Amino acid sequence: MSADTSPAIELRGASKTFRTPSGAPHTAVRDLDLTVGRGEFVAVVGPTGCGKSTTLTLVSGLEEPSDGEVLVAGAPVGGVGGKVGFVFQQDATFPWRTVLSNVMAGPRFRGVPKAEAKEKARDWIARVGLAGFEDRYPHQLSGGQRKRVALAATFVNDPEILLMDEPFSALDVQTRALMSDELLELWEGTGASVVFVTHDLEESIALADRVVVMTAGPATVKQVFDIDLPRPRKVESVRLLPRFIEIYREIWASLGEEVRITRERGAAHVA
Amino acid sequence: MSPEVLAKPVKDTASPPDRKQVRARAARRRRAVVVGARVLLLVAVLGLWEALSRAEVIDPFNFSMPSKIWDQISTWVAHGTAQGSLGQQIWVTLHEALLGWGIGVVTGVVFGIALGRVALLADILGPYIKVLNSIPRIVLAPIFVIWFGLGPASKVASAVVLVFFPVFFNAFQGAREVDRNLIANARVLGASDRRVTLQVVIPSATSWIFTSLHVSFGFALIGAIVGEYIGATQGIGLLVAQSQGTFNAAGVYAAMVILAVVALVAEGLLTFAERRVFRWKPAHTER
Repeated sequence: MSADTSPAIELRGASKTFRTPSGAPHTAVRDLDLTVGRGEFVAVVGPTGCGKSTTLTLVSGLEEPSDGEVLVAGAPVGGVGGKVGFVFQQDATFPWRTVLSNVMAGPRFRGVPKAEAKEKARDWIARVGLAGFEDRYPHQLSGGQRKRVALAATFVNDPEILLMDEPFSALDVQTRALMSDELLELWEGTGASVVFVTHDLEESIALADRVVVMTAGPATVKQVFDIDLPRPRKVESVRLLPRFIEIYREIWASLGEEVRITRERGAAHVA
Repeated sequence: MSPEVLAKPVKDTASPPDRKQVRARAARRRRAVVVGARVLLLVAVLGLWEALSRAEVIDPFNFSMPSKIWDQISTWVAHGTAQGSLGQQIWVTLHEALLGWGIGVVTGVVFGIALGRVALLADILGPYIKVLNSIPRIVLAPIFVIWFGLGPASKVASAVVLVFFPVFFNAFQGAREVDRNLIANARVLGASDRRVTLQVVIPSATSWIFTSLHVSFGFALIGAIVGEYIGATQGIGLLVAQSQGTFNAAGVYAAMVILAVVALVAEGLLTFAERRVFRWKPAHTER
């Protein structure tokens, strides 16, 4: 097996077609080729509703591709694997579980003994800055705190692949910047490969090693940009570098066109 | 505080304790008005009934009167009923209702969750459940008396068929409406299908299920009472039937009063249990 040298994620000509409630087929992604190296942070940007999230569900194994191949660590994806962590756009904490119990859920589902799961969970709760909140229920936390719970619940499983679907889009601007910094810190300690979907170009440049621009739906890869900004980064300060602005301009030239197409189609059922 | 102070327009400089006291007093007054009006309404209705009945404006034989109903209840409490002590009758009815309720709830929840989770099962059984639900199930009570006799079994059976459907439909709906994100999240975190059902679907469906529990306990009582009314050796339903048979209107009303008390107590216990189960929910009804 070439498992050690194969890239973390590989999509080869992957397509996904859904059946809409009216019965008509809807192609979310078509002919998608994308490779994510081990330990690499890749951000995927594209117009709203173009099918970015579908890419993540294919990699996670929650959905199967209609066509093409999806490989994780060189092996085809068959159902949800143990290597993947997924942070959702919406709140996905279990409202009937306390913070501690939410973070313990992953290890417990995977058969880790209770005491060990509790220990790991406490450690991650502390790392995301929620020590002392272990016995709270999600409704007693702020949106940012709930996102921290979601991060801890994901990282506690030691994922090799981290899929993030606009995880911070529901947060206010300051909280978002703070969470981005913390995400980078947490990630740098793990060596996981990340696919981070967002429609915020600034966020994607500040976080990623590479930025993938998707076309208007059905989505496919339009262009890939290498981000040569030094690490470790602080989101707020990296934004002010001249190189950042240069990259931003370059990528926006590519992305802006797709955004225009989406808008003109009247597919602007945008919030 | 003097009334003049209260009448003055409240300025920003008004010290907070004053305002707080004013508000507290207003709230207390409102509560007193509500309670007072309630009592007054009850006294007025009972008094009018009593007066009209005594004056024979309405037929006291058919409509009875509050004082006679009270006499009837005290007689039952002091000397017991024709079938035995009143406590015994209440216990028999409650026992049948609780047993029927328990069986109906458990089967309803199990079927509801199973059909909500397994689409194939729902597709196969769906039409039959609709047909069964469309039957007015109270007509089954006489059949149950024929099948299971005059003992408690026939009443339990009537209670079960009344309780099953509302609980089933709510559990089914609850299982169907679980947030897809939560299920996806649980699966990515490593939960098996069984874990997803037990630890995601059932907890999310509990608020739906609890809603049906309130309604369905009333149904269980109806099932037990109707069963007893049709044929029994003990129970409150039998008290109603016998009072009716001897043209004792006060007896029918007295049994109704007792039932109302039993139902209210059960409702209170259920609300208490609900508060314990839903500690994870915000204090207000919705997030």
